[in-house]
Amino acid sequence: MENFNYHRPATTAAAVAMLKKAKDGKYMAGGHTLLPTMKQGLAAPTDIVDLTAIKDFSGIKVSKTAVSIKAGTTHMEVATSKDIKKVIPALWEMAGKIGGVHVRNKGTIGGSIANADPAADYPSACLGLGATIETNKRKIEADKFFTGMFETALKDGEIITAVHFPIPKKSAHQKFPNPASRYALTGVFMSQDAKGKVRVGVTGAAASAFRATDLEAALSKDFSAKAIAGVKIKPNGLLTDMHATAAYRAHLISVLAGRAVAAAK
Amino acid sequence: MADTNTGVGASVRRKEDLRFITGKGNYTDDINLKDQTYAYFLRSPHAHATIKSINTAKAKKMPGVVGIFVGEDVAKDKLGGLICGWGITSKDGSGMKAGPHPVLAQGKVRYVGDHVAVVIAETKEQAKSAAQAIVVSYGVLPHVIDAAKAMKSKAQVHEVASDNRVFNWSLGNEEATNAAFKNAAHVTSMDIVNNRLVPNAMETRAAIGSYENGTESYTLYTTSQNPHVARLVISAFHGLAPEHKLRVIAPDVGGGFGSKIFIYAEEVVCAWASKHIGGRPIKWTGDRSEAFLADAHGRDHVTKAEMAIDASGKITGMRVHTIAAMGAYLSTFSAAVPTYLYGTLLSGQYNIPNIYVEVDAVYTNTAPVDAYRGAGRPEATYVVERLVETAARELKQDPAEFRRKNFVTSFPHQTPVIMCYDTGDYAAALDKALEMSDYKNFSKRKAESAKNGKLRGVGFSAYIEACGIAPSAAVGSLGAGVGLWESAEVRVNPIGTVEILTGSHSHGQGHETTFAQLVSTKLGVDINSVSIVHGDTDKVQMGMGTYGSRSGAVGMHAISKALDKIEAKAKRVAAACMESSVDDIEFKDGTFTVKGTDKKMAFGEVALQAYLGHKFNTSEIEIGLKESAFHDPANFVFPAGVHICEVEVDMDTGLTKVADYTAVDDFGNLINPMIVEGQVQGGVAQGIGQALLEGAIYDEDSGQLLTGSFMDYNMPRAANMPHIENFRLGFTCTPCPTNPMGIKGCGEAGAIAAPPAVMNAITDAIGVRDLPMPATPLTVWTAMQSMKKAAE
Repeated sequence: MENFNYHRPATTAAAVAMLKKAKDGKYMAGGHTLLPTMKQGLAAPTDIVDLTAIKDFSGIKVSKTAVSIKAGTTHMEVATSKDIKKVIPALWEMAGKIGGVHVRNKGTIGGSIANADPAADYPSACLGLGATIETNKRKIEADKFFTGMFETALKDGEIITAVHFPIPKKSAHQKFPNPASRYALTGVFMSQDAKGKVRVGVTGAAASAFRATDLEAALSKDFSAKAIAGVKIKPNGLLTDMHATAAYRAHLISVLAGRAVAAAK
Repeated sequence: MADTNTGVGASVRRKEDLRFITGKGNYTDDINLKDQTYAYFLRSPHAHATIKSINTAKAKKMPGVVGIFVGEDVAKDKLGGLICGWGITSKDGSGMKAGPHPVLAQGKVRYVGDHVAVVIAETKEQAKSAAQAIVVSYGVLPHVIDAAKAMKSKAQVHEVASDNRVFNWSLGNEEATNAAFKNAAHVTSMDIVNNRLVPNAMETRAAIGSYENGTESYTLYTTSQNPHVARLVISAFHGLAPEHKLRVIAPDVGGGFGSKIFIYAEEVVCAWASKHIGGRPIKWTGDRSEAFLADAHGRDHVTKAEMAIDASGKITGMRVHTIAAMGAYLSTFSAAVPTYLYGTLLSGQYNIPNIYVEVDAVYTNTAPVDAYRGAGRPEATYVVERLVETAARELKQDPAEFRRKNFVTSFPHQTPVIMCYDTGDYAAALDKALEMSDYKNFSKRKAESAKNGKLRGVGFSAYIEACGIAPSAAVGSLGAGVGLWESAEVRVNPIGTVEILTGSHSHGQGHETTFAQLVSTKLGVDINSVSIVHGDTDKVQMGMGTYGSRSGAVGMHAISKALDKIEAKAKRVAAACMESSVDDIEFKDGTFTVKGTDKKMAFGEVALQAYLGHKFNTSEIEIGLKESAFHDPANFVFPAGVHICEVEVDMDTGLTKVADYTAVDDFGNLINPMIVEGQVQGGVAQGIGQALLEGAIYDEDSGQLLTGSFMDYNMPRAANMPHIENFRLGFTCTPCPTNPMGIKGCGEAGAIAAPPAVMNAITDAIGVRDLPMPATPLTVWTAMQSMKKAAE
């Protein structure tokens, strides 16, 4: 790892200013992606701006209609929140399946979403629940947030401050882990709102998390495994690597969606 | 036996574990010498390339740099290259084609990770940074990755081998075997790939090389399974220093599985370069990425195998052709693995009159391949047990009964492929395994699994292996460059405590406990009065090290011999002290008595007298109580057993879980059943890893290692194992006749037996005949899909 300057601002404004001043600066939340990358010499930022000391940067708030999670909240905090478990049990369950205990203790929701790893779990929850991502500048709908592999709608210097998840009628999360890394080889996050409208967020299968709109249409009409039995997921655009072919991932989306329907609560 | 709780046969808790699990072990990386520097190896980014030039000018000026060395420096100093210590002769009588393997590349690199230069600096980070400033100009050459394609590739790895073939070796009677196939009623033929594995011991390799100007001698701390062999090779072949000027120390070593048998470039370079930087010690600690790239890998065989069966269901012949990848260079024992550790085991537990095996060993532009837990025997067992199971299915016979019908039943049994099995009772192990696994109710469990959307299958593996490697004259006649005996020295201290110096090396096996148990039984002392000294060429005179499950059968046998000498000497001292004839002295439970009297002396008292010399004539009996012994075994030992695996396959995803596993093994007598059970469990875990999870994959186009970290290379974890309640271990016992303890080796059996058991179970579950390892969800799902398509 190369040497770097370490900053620990107390406000988002200060963080933005520090990053601006840096030659090649990076924000860091839990550091669970950035630090390994730096250790491998794949990234060598001149400055690290640690966001975890920003005042009021973490915390969970549950209202009648939404769960709001501040960006610096760890996966462990979400996975142990009884309030979230009550209203969006799938989100609670999903957070408990991210990485191992050490990762959950340090990794944050904001970091995960900003990094937009194609196999991360949170992006599928954002899409599957229709979340709104709030930054220091604006609010972005999840549907417009994930733009590509490790790419998001965030502008230079923009900081995620919170994620707002509308509370659905039912939700479910199904993950088929990569046998080696335990990241999602394919993961499906599904929700049904009060009007019966269904959202299906998929992660791990493509360059970026996406919504399986064919499944959504079928399930919005009839929320049953039978309704999607005939929906063929096309492998076009899905990833092929040593662990899974595009065809296998397409198949897994169908299988996991079927299981999610059965598990939704 | 003074204390039945600590002697041979007792499940004594491991003496060394408190130290290991509380972080008090003393591993190579824990050692820091005065004025120590740090080495970083610049490695090849290409699978195959010429080195046009190396410019170190800028790097040399980087902060903290003490020295930079390249292949040219090594050549100038006439430092010898790495060797393969086992020569194989081809069928046509020609010798094997060993290409040069310099410790730093000279003119060419041959795999991604090949060592190009070493940077020595004040800190590890400085060495790494400077290495990045070295400019190497490469001329990229065509490369070959796939063993099956090596002999036809336009890439040529070494000048000496124009078709990349190292040797073309054969064993057995080709003509008679062909005749058996001509007359066969049924032939089962299979294409079998044994997947390449990365050993991944918990402790990565490390070394500290140090040259002392005053005495003109070297000290090398290294992660070795056999420090004396390392000293011998580094002295005799690298020519670094004569043996008395080179001390090799392998302190606590965190696992080896074979990968730390070999002599590696990094350790040789650290020792050699120390002299060139004025004698400052040089430490190198490999990281996990380097372990993936540059530790010797295991397996990587491509095989066509056939089995001939007569009308009565008896196996009459086996014909095997294997292409074995050696990687880019011949590692220390590599040539022995796909030959004398493989072809010689192709008879399995069966009476097969005709066997013929031919092996083409080939160079590929990959990390070298050498012995890994089981070394050749897992590959042989996989071929035999996949064939036998498939043949039984094709003949619509119960796989257990088909095996029983062909078992060797009388001993000694001479196979057509060198090995002479000394003893065994294969039917006893089969019966016990059938009972423990509740085989007769398998169909009930299958129906239960089906209710949950799971396909359940059952698979057998009746393995045999040859370990306790091995008689020196025998291995010498087969091409070994060394003898495979073992040495021991027993030093009894004046107060009766005992130090055992052994040439065996413990890197997880628990020798500090098991060897002490033998002493406890033989001398009647408590195991806590015994210490085991190993891993230092200045303390132990000579030894051959630990691999091939040899430390029990060979290493302990040497100790046993030396202990017998101690007893004989002590009896003479006791006789003199008690004024009686030696013939009247009896020794039992740590006490010497004079027959027919009430005179007695404790072992400790006799030890003290031996050093006092007050009560005997020191011109007749030498002062002291210290004896040594070398032991060369009369034969290999032949552990065997039957493993039965049940798997559940998720019909939707292809995800396979080992639902139930029964291992019944015959290791002869057990010194410490708890440690033996641990060895079986660990071995089976590695075998399940090979069958379901692990596989080193190089990209054919770029030659890069794709599975270069645990993110992509799937090491077995607890969750991949069957639940402990469904993981049953049983033992049968036919004591080994060639060592006084009656023991056989147990360290590799699990890794040898498990892969075919698991694969036979999966193929049974999903109803396919052929399936490659590792049977990942993708592989199993793809196989199920093609079956579905074929059925449509």
